[in-house]
Amino acid sequence: MNLHEYQGKAILKSFGVRIQNGIVADTVDEAVEAAKKLTEETKTPMWVIKAQIHAGGRGKGGGVKLAKTMDDVRTIAGNILGMQLVTHQTGPVGKKVNKILVAEDVYYPGEHEPDEYYMSVLLNRQTGRNIIMYTTEGGMDIEQVAADTPELIFKEEVDPKVGLQAFQARKIAFNLGLSGKAMKEMVKFVSALYTAYVATDASLFEINPVLKTSDDKILAVDSKVAVDDNAIFRHKDIAEMRDITEEDPAEVEAGKYNLNFVKLDGNVGCMVNGAGLAMATMDIIKLSGGDPANFLDVGGTANAETVEAGFRIILKDPNVKAILINIFGGIVRCDRVAQGVVDAYKSIGNINIPVIVRLQGTNAEEGKELIDASGLKVFSAITLEEAAALVKEVVE
Amino acid sequence: MSVLVNKDSKIIVQGFTGSEGTFHATQMLEYGTNVVGGVTPGKGGQEHLGRPIFNTVDEAVKSTGADVSVIFVPPAFASDAIMEAANAGIKVIITITEGIPTADMIKVKEYLKDFDCRMVGPNCPGVITPGEAKVGIMPGFIHKKGGVGIVSRSGTLTYEAVDQVTKAGLGQSTCIGIGGDPIIGTTTKDAVQLLMEDPDTDGIIMIGEIGGSMEADAANWIKENGTKPVVGFIAGQTAPKGRRMGHAGAIIGGSDDTAAAKMKIMRDCGITVVDSPAMLGTAMAEALKK
Repeated sequence: MNLHEYQGKAILKSFGVRIQNGIVADTVDEAVEAAKKLTEETKTPMWVIKAQIHAGGRGKGGGVKLAKTMDDVRTIAGNILGMQLVTHQTGPVGKKVNKILVAEDVYYPGEHEPDEYYMSVLLNRQTGRNIIMYTTEGGMDIEQVAADTPELIFKEEVDPKVGLQAFQARKIAFNLGLSGKAMKEMVKFVSALYTAYVATDASLFEINPVLKTSDDKILAVDSKVAVDDNAIFRHKDIAEMRDITEEDPAEVEAGKYNLNFVKLDGNVGCMVNGAGLAMATMDIIKLSGGDPANFLDVGGTANAETVEAGFRIILKDPNVKAILINIFGGIVRCDRVAQGVVDAYKSIGNINIPVIVRLQGTNAEEGKELIDASGLKVFSAITLEEAAALVKEVVE
Repeated sequence: MSVLVNKDSKIIVQGFTGSEGTFHATQMLEYGTNVVGGVTPGKGGQEHLGRPIFNTVDEAVKSTGADVSVIFVPPAFASDAIMEAANAGIKVIITITEGIPTADMIKVKEYLKDFDCRMVGPNCPGVITPGEAKVGIMPGFIHKKGGVGIVSRSGTLTYEAVDQVTKAGLGQSTCIGIGGDPIIGTTTKDAVQLLMEDPDTDGIIMIGEIGGSMEADAANWIKENGTKPVVGFIAGQTAPKGRRMGHAGAIIGGSDDTAAAKMKIMRDCGITVVDSPAMLGTAMAEALKK
């Protein structure tokens, strides 16, 4: 589950990680109030207005602006709230901005030049351990840094038996070229960041940039936090932070039926049991000349109700020209899935696009008989090869 | 021979009396699997499905000599169950449970290093040696004893491969579902190595998916050590970057873990890679003829 910048920062702050302070606002008036309050608390003379959406690249997309006066706050907040923000991570349609963060200006002039770094905490799948990844090249796209100057990216792996050690935090600070007060600040920052990561069951903390201010403070200017979906059950406070307006409505609807759905841009919908077979079915659609319109895993307990729900969700997409249902019955009984298909046809009414049903495994024959006897215009297949041929026929 | 489990394995079920445990233990027994008992804390001394229940894995091992455990314990308690099994001396721990927090698995992986045991899974269909032992949730009837070893990160896609192999007139030596999570006990390479060293296995089907580097690691190992034909497939050629495709481990991070990149590495290492998952059975049959 992904969090907004302001939510991630609130978590960081609660663990003692220094952050760029800010107040979240839903309206222009709230933004102005937030700016006033923030100045009372932090003495900031200027404010940064930041769009809160679940995507990176907000600055380049016009979702982050500096306001020098209260009039600026009003104008910029008015422009950003409600805008359809397009970044390299949102897709061409972009995401609607419903909230903004009014943040203090932390790039104030002083004794030293401010400097930016990059830091993230994540799992190293090869070793099954968490790593802290960091570089002096802050404020940039990390994929770009990895491609251009991989030698500038450092990784510090944490031994799960003992957790992050002080020497590791010091190593990170020195590798970033810090000394004196800034070095000590960075050690504290890294330790608190890692503690927060572990305590919240996060799967990603990405702080870009980490800022060294002109007076040698180290703080998080941005935060990208993702929490392990499998661990949400033990973090009720974080579960409440979920913002479903950031998610695809069809995916939210599917979640209610325990269906695992991901919306794609193609023309052939699919409904499959099991994630691997679902991905493989998408591949078959592509190889047969179509394009998958979605990923949909109905899971190990597919029944008439979930099949009908799956149908309704797929049919909401006007681009879908055909549907392939691919079920390999293990625990799932094919006759039940077939009954679900028949029921869905009756209750949804006009399904005007071709539907290919491929049932294999437990009670596959009974399932096929049910479909054939129903008189519905459904193509049925037994092998994956037959199903692929039917998709090809339908797409052409 | 076969690998991991066979007719002589003494198997216990952790989470024996729960609904999942009960359902699948029943199926395992019907298949003829040598289930010697189960563990449900607090119900020790009773009987379930005609087998004894124990309070702890330790008791179960001492009393039955169990060497394999299959775990159906719910996600919040599963890591504890895995460590209990290792601590009690179980040699093969097969974890079916889906949805275990990653942080728990980091601890488990570290803990298991001190024990002489192998974990398969979590979030996997289990392991089956056809005609001998079904330890997991796969439908037994699609399998047939034979010489093809199958390794896969996915459940139903493994069944698909099994079915095609059976229909191609071949059978399976052992099918290993390694699981779809980011942290798993037995990697693709580990499983391929077991099958490569198994005299009853003539050829190997290796099914991977997007995310991580396990297939590349296995492919490189095969290039150096392979002695049998290997057929491979990677699911997720059409998956978009950065989106989790059901499995927590199935997410494309960089350019190396896309389906195309993995397929290329596998081909370069001498593996017969099929573009369509419908061709797994025929490709294996072809490869074995050579």
